[in-house]
Amino acid sequence: MARITLEWEGDARGIPHVLHAIGTGPGGDSVATVATQTPSPVTGPTLVAGARAARTTIYLKLLMALSGLFFVGFVLTHMYGNLKAFAGHDAFNAYAEHIRTLGTPFLPYSGALWIMRVLLIASLVVHVACAAALWRRAKQARTVRYQVKKHTGAIFASRLMRWGGVTILLFVIWHLLNFTIGKVNVQGGPTNDPYNLLVDTFDTWWLTLIYLVAMAMLGAHLHHGTWSAFQTLGLTGTARARTRAKRLAFVLAFVVTVGFSIVPIFVLAGVISK
Amino acid sequence: MKVTLKIWRQPDAASDGAMHTYEVDDVSEDMSFLEMLDVLNEQLNARDEEPIAFDSDCREGICGMCGLMINGEPHGPEVTTTCQLHMRSFKDGDEIVIEPWRADAFPVVKDLCVDRGAFDRIIQQGGYISVNTGAAPEAHSIQVPKEAADRAFDVATCIGCGACVAACPNGSASLFMGAKITHLGELPQGQAERDTRVVSMVAQHDHEGFGGCTNIGECTAACPKEIPLDVISQLNKDLRTALQHGH
Repeated sequence: MARITLEWEGDARGIPHVLHAIGTGPGGDSVATVATQTPSPVTGPTLVAGARAARTTIYLKLLMALSGLFFVGFVLTHMYGNLKAFAGHDAFNAYAEHIRTLGTPFLPYSGALWIMRVLLIASLVVHVACAAALWRRAKQARTVRYQVKKHTGAIFASRLMRWGGVTILLFVIWHLLNFTIGKVNVQGGPTNDPYNLLVDTFDTWWLTLIYLVAMAMLGAHLHHGTWSAFQTLGLTGTARARTRAKRLAFVLAFVVTVGFSIVPIFVLAGVISK
Repeated sequence: MKVTLKIWRQPDAASDGAMHTYEVDDVSEDMSFLEMLDVLNEQLNARDEEPIAFDSDCREGICGMCGLMINGEPHGPEVTTTCQLHMRSFKDGDEIVIEPWRADAFPVVKDLCVDRGAFDRIIQQGGYISVNTGAAPEAHSIQVPKEAADRAFDVATCIGCGACVAACPNGSASLFMGAKITHLGELPQGQAERDTRVVSMVAQHDHEGFGGCTNIGECTAACPKEIPLDVISQLNKDLRTALQHGH
């Protein structure tokens, strides 16, 4: 009884390459090659199975957008508090005290403040962790760089997001050491009076300079970041909505930069003084 | 006119590449960019040198096969494909730097040719609608509003050339995906698989090693088909909606 069996022969890497038909009969075996196939690479491309929306890069971007918009709310509130410096010593210090008594007696003293602090720290962890993950991915996505690369269509602020973000983070640490955790008065004056600490700090030209550089970075970050957040949340689906979001982002960045900067500038100019 | 070309040469995927300089004389301003490269290759052939490998197919701007990084811009200085770029966009004596698309998800095959199979696999993960075969249904049985049909058609002009990835500082393919998601999402036939489509395509995109989008907009500036940035907003919105639907 004659029999035909089919058998793959592997290539050098053991991947099926040549198909042999082996005929077995009374007169002995005969072998014929009936097909060959181009071997696939050892580590070939694969398709993802079981995809989840929460494991995508867009999910990380959504987290960045939401935490970022929370920060926008915070800087606007903070700016409002700072501008109280124009109302004088007592008004500024009363505002600082009001933040601590907010919600009392329902909340304990400083309760609302601590809720805000916890939310801000949580947002910061999310924002920075997602940014770091996406930064690393972007680095890995193009390991061989171009010899020549133009940046047609990009605004400068958009290319400043990552290092600008690092600058803002360093400033925030410095700023908290200056005014909240460490309470450093470089002029040697008291540190338990918020208004006087503010005036003593920004009367020092280099502290004002650091502050202004940081505010310029914050402005650039908000200019691109705010529009980017709207885009990531999927709220800019038309050309009109896109223009509106970009305009809003610019106005917000401008207001925040100017609103924060005028306090130290007016301290240095002697308009806000003890 | 005469041009000096600095071209990336790389014998195969496994070898290292380097920039090589070539001079081409007697270039007519009516030549397309690829015809100018054809002239150079004729000269290289005559000198028994290996011609420069580059992709091209239709040479009329509709297939998406060609794509070169020319002086730091995908498809060069005009808003069109490389095959539709003409030498009149350059001046006599110009130095032109030509590189392949740079993205780890688009590995160089040889010289200026890259493997864009990653795009095919993204499409494989949902860039289609599943329909049963059979007789073609009556075209008027499903009504599509004019605005939706127009938007779907406009973004369906994406030819998958990869210029968006080449331009993106993050090496992201979000504009490409956004075009496909918007195209199918605008049409009634695309609704059934809308949620799974976006999740699977984005997961494949990430798996291929493309970067995340930071909404910089260099992609849309480089796109020969002028796909607008709002398709990325649509992509993000569809993913957010899929997330809310539990996908």
